[in-house]
Amino acid sequence: MALLQISEPGLSTLPHQHRLAVGIDLGTTNSLVATVRNGISVVLNNGNGGAILPSVVRYLADGSVVVGEAAQAMQNEDAANTIVSVKRFMGRGLKEVGEISRLPYRFVGAPSPSVAPGNSQGGMVQLRTVAGVKSPVEVSAEILKVLRNTAETALGGELVGAVITVPAYFDDAQRQATKDAARLAGLNVLRLLNEPTAAAIAYGLDNAAEGVYAVYDLGGGTFDISILRLSRGVFEVLAANGDSALGGDDFDQRIHCWLLEKNRLSALGPQDTRLLLTHARAAKEQLTEHAETRITAALSNGEVIDNVLTRSEFHAMSQNLVEHTLQPLRRALRDAKLGVADIKGVVMVGGATRMPQVQHAVEEFFGQTPLTNLDPDKVVALGAAIQANLLAGNRSGGDWLLLDVIPLSLGIETMGGLAEKIIPRNSTIPTARAQEFTTYKDGQTAMSIHVVQGERELVSDCRSLAKFELRGIPPMVAGAARIRVTFQVDADGLLNVSAREMSSGIEAAITVKPSYGLSDAEITRMLQDSTQHAQDDMQARARREQQTEAQQLLEAVQHALEQDGDLLDQAERAQIEAYMGALRDTLQLTDHLAIKRAITALNDVTVSFAQARMDKSVAHVLAGKNIADLEIK
Amino acid sequence: MAITLTENAARHVANFIAKRGKGVGLRIGVRTSGCSGMAYKLEFADEVAGDDVRFASHGVTVLVDPKSLPYIDGMELDYTREGLNEGFKFSNPNVKNQCGCGESFGV
Repeated sequence: MALLQISEPGLSTLPHQHRLAVGIDLGTTNSLVATVRNGISVVLNNGNGGAILPSVVRYLADGSVVVGEAAQAMQNEDAANTIVSVKRFMGRGLKEVGEISRLPYRFVGAPSPSVAPGNSQGGMVQLRTVAGVKSPVEVSAEILKVLRNTAETALGGELVGAVITVPAYFDDAQRQATKDAARLAGLNVLRLLNEPTAAAIAYGLDNAAEGVYAVYDLGGGTFDISILRLSRGVFEVLAANGDSALGGDDFDQRIHCWLLEKNRLSALGPQDTRLLLTHARAAKEQLTEHAETRITAALSNGEVIDNVLTRSEFHAMSQNLVEHTLQPLRRALRDAKLGVADIKGVVMVGGATRMPQVQHAVEEFFGQTPLTNLDPDKVVALGAAIQANLLAGNRSGGDWLLLDVIPLSLGIETMGGLAEKIIPRNSTIPTARAQEFTTYKDGQTAMSIHVVQGERELVSDCRSLAKFELRGIPPMVAGAARIRVTFQVDADGLLNVSAREMSSGIEAAITVKPSYGLSDAEITRMLQDSTQHAQDDMQARARREQQTEAQQLLEAVQHALEQDGDLLDQAERAQIEAYMGALRDTLQLTDHLAIKRAITALNDVTVSFAQARMDKSVAHVLAGKNIADLEIK
Repeated sequence: MAITLTENAARHVANFIAKRGKGVGLRIGVRTSGCSGMAYKLEFADEVAGDDVRFASHGVTVLVDPKSLPYIDGMELDYTREGLNEGFKFSNPNVKNQCGCGESFGV
């Protein structure tokens, strides 16, 4: 059977309707996908066991696409077809990209916006690759497709949607481009969320006291500082600043330069440069935990370098980089017209914030310890997942006032006088739920919708709220019509029930106020009844289900006898009628299994009759037609 | 009769509740819905309702509302991993028929 996850109280999903939703951090350097599982936000690993997907896409001549580490490995060998940091081109025109001559890509003039009005790709730069001209939207979509696959494999189902994070400074064109990329990747975007807001949510600041928070995001190649104000659970970006050309890579570069100086090296080939940068990066990471680290590497000319780098040396050489981040910080505070004392909390995002000198500088600047206990590489994706989980409707009841719940389940009457619950008791409002029903008889053109409230299985034991009819259903065989019944309860507790026949679009609706006239004592009594009668209800439900099925079968057989009775001889007909009589007799019994046995018996004796009818109708259809006619169809 | 957890399932539940930061146990129930009639309900419990039936299994409290109990009495819950997906698996002796994936069932 399927594997189930634990839900928040009152929020179990219906079978096959798990609202799988993910948060995606679509980063300049790396991308991640996370989800809320068993109430906890977790980053999802891909098949290789890693969670972080380098945001690198490589196009091959045969049109195939490689994304992630495999593409990153070919970054230098096949630079023109390996797109790195595509996020910088999202929604940007040729002029806005600026540094075109320094980039290894073959840029193409954008198609005229008039060709596709309203299309965000109009005016955006395009890249010529061996697989054809690609827009940044298409490149981003390749990254998103991989993340979507990772998520769907790990969660075992299709996603209802995703929250994708974007930098706070992204404008409408960049946001629209991100949405288009998601659509291209087959993702339903529940919302675009600002990266700093996502980080704040991951730390649970949305449940914290109202106030102003700073988010310090030092990534691989970019630095962003955002000042957020939280009021009534909503984050507002007061100011955003940063440096799009400052990140953890610059710290690697400093160590690289130091190595060159120390060993009096000059003009290294690209292979050695990469080798030293890799070692520089490893040394930087080592110095987060250790006071010193040893760097040894063999260059391509046989020369071996062997140096010891201490933390204080590293701090000294990178001091001005750290100070560089404080400038945008001051500017952001000035823009927000706030002082350091106004900041209630500081969130650290991005792998580079692991460096002790960065944490120390931020702590000194704000005069308080920044929040660092979540993995800074994952914090944005984790927050996005929490938001996605809320938006997908899996929200926890904790942040709602107790008043805002439905005291008793709301549902409709189905065949046999059974109550089918559509909105379960204790659902928070406002809420909307829909369920599809179908017709019970051939050619049925109207359906009576009986809205009931209560916890019992039988309508007669529940409270009737309203009745209305949906008329004008096109005549179809029983079970073919699809009637979608939607229950909507607004914030004021008003229930609106609408029914819509999906093929013709005909609709009927009614508004009722469900809690009207029910006192607390009545609600308590109805709840008590439902538990006291649990066993009775279970029997009653099973019996009603069998009765309904029996009646349906009896009608169908009766109808068949009237139409095609001539296919049977006297004895056969008598036998079927005897079994029908036996089934009718069981309808009054309380034992649902007896009814079930009689149903099975009647089904068995009518098998050959059904076969004969089938043959007859096939013969009827084929009569008077030649083979050629049939083949055309 | 009772509802039981395997040791592995109990360890996971205890872990989830600890990480969630609140909760008195696990609530298991059924409701009417789905293609085969009934569907399982698996939730964190923040409070014990007055009429809940309580079971303890490897240190985890399992709460079942009396209305659901007849449908799931004798059930065992396990935690398993299938490929990249992981989650809880139900072995319910009351099930007579179920849909393809077993998420909804009939008694």
